[in-house]
Amino acid sequence: MDNAIYVPLLLVSVLVTYLIRAVPFVLFKKKIQSKRVQAFFDYIPYAVLSAMTFPAILYSTDSIIAAAVGFVIALILAYRGKSLLVVALGTCAGAFVTSLLITFLG
Amino acid sequence: MIFNRGIKDGLAIGLGYLSVSFSFGIMAVSQGLSWWQAVLVSLFNLTSAGQVAAVGIMGTPGISLSGGMIEMAVSTLVINLRYSLMGISLSQRTDETMTTPARLVTGFAITDEIFGVASSQEKVSRNYMLGLAVLPILGWTLGTLLGAVCGNILPAIVTNSLAIGIYGMFVAIVLPVSRKNKSIAFVSIVAVILSIICYYVPFLKAHISSGFAIIICAIIASLMGVFLMPPKEDNANG
Repeated sequence: MDNAIYVPLLLVSVLVTYLIRAVPFVLFKKKIQSKRVQAFFDYIPYAVLSAMTFPAILYSTDSIIAAAVGFVIALILAYRGKSLLVVALGTCAGAFVTSLLITFLG
Repeated sequence: MIFNRGIKDGLAIGLGYLSVSFSFGIMAVSQGLSWWQAVLVSLFNLTSAGQVAAVGIMGTPGISLSGGMIEMAVSTLVINLRYSLMGISLSQRTDETMTTPARLVTGFAITDEIFGVASSQEKVSRNYMLGLAVLPILGWTLGTLLGAVCGNILPAIVTNSLAIGIYGMFVAIVLPVSRKNKSIAFVSIVAVILSIICYYVPFLKAHISSGFAIIICAIIASLMGVFLMPPKEDNANG
């Protein structure tokens, strides 16, 4: 791609993305006093992660069945309190083995 | 050491990013970027949906520079607006090591996943954030390079199976906290229901981008939590 187009467009995207992240993070240093607003910001991360995970997880591999198996394994491991990495690897392994089975049996 | 704990917590994210950015690398090259142009986009943006849109704009045939810059600014702003919310939320957990210079540096690394993991900590320090950011940045950049240079060498079955891991990690963050905290369980379930609606109702799916849908679902679910669940007594984080 021509750098005369690429470089300015890259700079705009990088600058805007960085400012969106850094400016609120720098400006909001005070602890929020309102209990309700505080609760809102306590909930946001979990709400974001939940909305991001489902149903997207079902479409994250080629096969919805393999993904569903991975998801169930994730639920079981997470319910048992396993670490992030163990749950992540277990999810991958579950989806991978199921995909292999589908490929060879189906 | 706190930095090392951050590194360790970032490993799962880094692995997930490696596979996701691999497909980004393939896509960027298909839009006409060279391998190093694709790598720089990933290294300096560190965001998935925003980058896909950015590369789409860069690759628009016959695009004018001024028009392209405006479109780039607006779309990047809208798609990445959620990071502002995350920065404010994260600010509620930072400790005294998180000075202004530290925020200017670590603020760069606020992504959905890094934010999610950092939020599962009781206190977020500068060194933890720095450690947490290392492997995701490495994975994101390296994955883009690999995807751009050697797109279709790995069998799809392997890359696909790696891509799901990042979602498994999200489950591992949300579920244990939801078991201990009813309000967070409620908010999480509402968020999933809303997300399902956004995904399967054709009109919504067609008109709301996925990045936007996530933030809408999260805000509505959190507001419902605020107004429908009893205020927290001891600690809302489990």
